[in-house]
Amino acid sequence: MRRLMIVDDSNIIRSKIARALGEHGLEVVGLSPNGEDAVERCVSARPDVITMDITMPGMDGIECIRRIRSLNPDVRILVVSALADKATAIQALKEGAQGFVCKPFTEESLTEAIGELFSEE
Amino acid sequence: MDEQQLRIFVSIIQHYFEAETGRPAEVGSPFLCDPAQLPVHDFTGVIGISGNRKGCVYFSSPREILREMLLRAGETDVSDENLADLAGEIANTISGNARREFGHEFLISVPVVVRGTHQSISVPRDVRAYVIPFRWHKVDASLVVSVM
Repeated sequence: MRRLMIVDDSNIIRSKIARALGEHGLEVVGLSPNGEDAVERCVSARPDVITMDITMPGMDGIECIRRIRSLNPDVRILVVSALADKATAIQALKEGAQGFVCKPFTEESLTEAIGELFSEE
Repeated sequence: MDEQQLRIFVSIIQHYFEAETGRPAEVGSPFLCDPAQLPVHDFTGVIGISGNRKGCVYFSSPREILREMLLRAGETDVSDENLADLAGEIANTISGNARREFGHEFLISVPVVVRGTHQSISVPRDVRAYVIPFRWHKVDASLVVSVM
């Protein structure tokens, strides 16, 4: 079972993602409300995949991707953000994210995007 | 903010409710409002705007809408904390989606949530404030755009 960590400053979004992906065979091993917590937590949680918000208090998602990527080069990162401009998506991919889902999202779009992260396996 | 730019927000509200609930919001005509008379409902999520624009965007809703949205999304915890969280998240999503049209220099803050109808929301004095009224689940709510 793949291990999932969810990083988002909204409690209801963390729950929504956990419900959606938990029903599709992912084990939730970490929930983080901000970037600092996520960087710290990902060392012990050892996730295979992370969903990452961008706009958060303190460290934002872009910086968080950069730091997590240096700690764990193998983890797959899916950005789930309201920021709908191309520049943000390109920057996130450049820093090491492998996918981007724009809020508001459906359960289907989320599970499809997670599936694509592992499509080469 | 001109009419065409206000239409961007109208369209985002329609898309948001359709995507989240499967039921579109009925959006009324935007109108210019005296900053002292801006609508404030039970929960208000405020986003500060900076970068190539200046001002704020806020989403204000009665608790009935937020509660119904949480229940439809499968959330069983409809505490005030989660209603406030949802108001902030909606404000964040609407403002973030606006970057598709306004560009990545349209910088948005994290949401600040204000509770209670007796609160007043400060908008920039030198920027016009437009109210976009809408109705969902037979309840009225508002998006306020005060951005130059």
